[in-house]
Amino acid sequence: MRKLLIWLPLAMFLIFLVVFAGGLIRPESKTIPSKLVGKPMPRFALGPALPGKPGLSSAELMNGQPHLVNVFASWCIPCIAEAPQLRQLAAAGVPVYGIAIRDRPEDLARFIERNGDPFRAIGGDPNSSVQIALGSSGVPETFIVDGKGIIRQQHIGGINPEDLPGIMSALGEAK
Amino acid sequence: MRRAIPFAAVALIVAAPLRADSLMPAAKYANEQLADPAQEHQAKALMETIRCLVCQGQSIADSNAEMAGDMRALIRTRIAAGEKPEAIRAWLIERYGDWVSFKPPLDGLTWPLYLLPILFLGLGIWIVSGRLKRRRTGR
Repeated sequence: MRKLLIWLPLAMFLIFLVVFAGGLIRPESKTIPSKLVGKPMPRFALGPALPGKPGLSSAELMNGQPHLVNVFASWCIPCIAEAPQLRQLAAAGVPVYGIAIRDRPEDLARFIERNGDPFRAIGGDPNSSVQIALGSSGVPETFIVDGKGIIRQQHIGGINPEDLPGIMSALGEAK
Repeated sequence: MRRAIPFAAVALIVAAPLRADSLMPAAKYANEQLADPAQEHQAKALMETIRCLVCQGQSIADSNAEMAGDMRALIRTRIAAGEKPEAIRAWLIERYGDWVSFKPPLDGLTWPLYLLPILFLGLGIWIVSGRLKRRRTGR
């Protein structure tokens, strides 16, 4: 028993070594999902991000119809990549609403001019407050919200063409 | 070829760096302290225990990420409005999960984190006291 016990510290050291080395060699890259999935949309009211286009408030989202809320920004590069997919969704009749994070109207206008405008309304979130209230940790992110204003799903990162069927079926289920 | 060098140099200077940052200035209270030192102290203590979502190993007090700045501004604004730091922490945990807090709660999953150090300390004391006793009795 004693003889075995003497090896215990070394064994524990080796276990720690393996755990730490594992963390260093392959660091976790984590996406942080919002805990609000399955819960109601937080209440907010954002002013228009672009002159001549309506802003966005949470009350408008409870119109009995499922919709997409896209958290984006003109300075975000993956947002350019997902723009064709958002246009395609909007063309298919999906109501797409935007929340523009830390954006200036002139930059956003240029972004819309270049990448098209799938948005029914864009709320300007100059200090990320609604983004934080949504539990979103970056741009782009897209929330699928049902007609009662309950968040059904969160898509982290850009929407790629292969994500479209999943999003359409989630929207169908949110009816 | 020769002529291309100054052109390349100018192009390098003029080219905008590709950054994932907005062009907006930081929020008012991102880098500005609250006027009331007691409130600022509370805000700072909370910021040091809230994890940055972008640069995940850092607290929002340490991070230069824009989102961390916006979270600092949010915390300072709410503390200035009289909200309790633990209420703000709870609000953030409601959104991002326990992950966002550097102060893990004591629950079914985390109890070894709190109990094991005490257990190991007890074990150490027991081993050392055994050794010392043996030495004193001269064995």
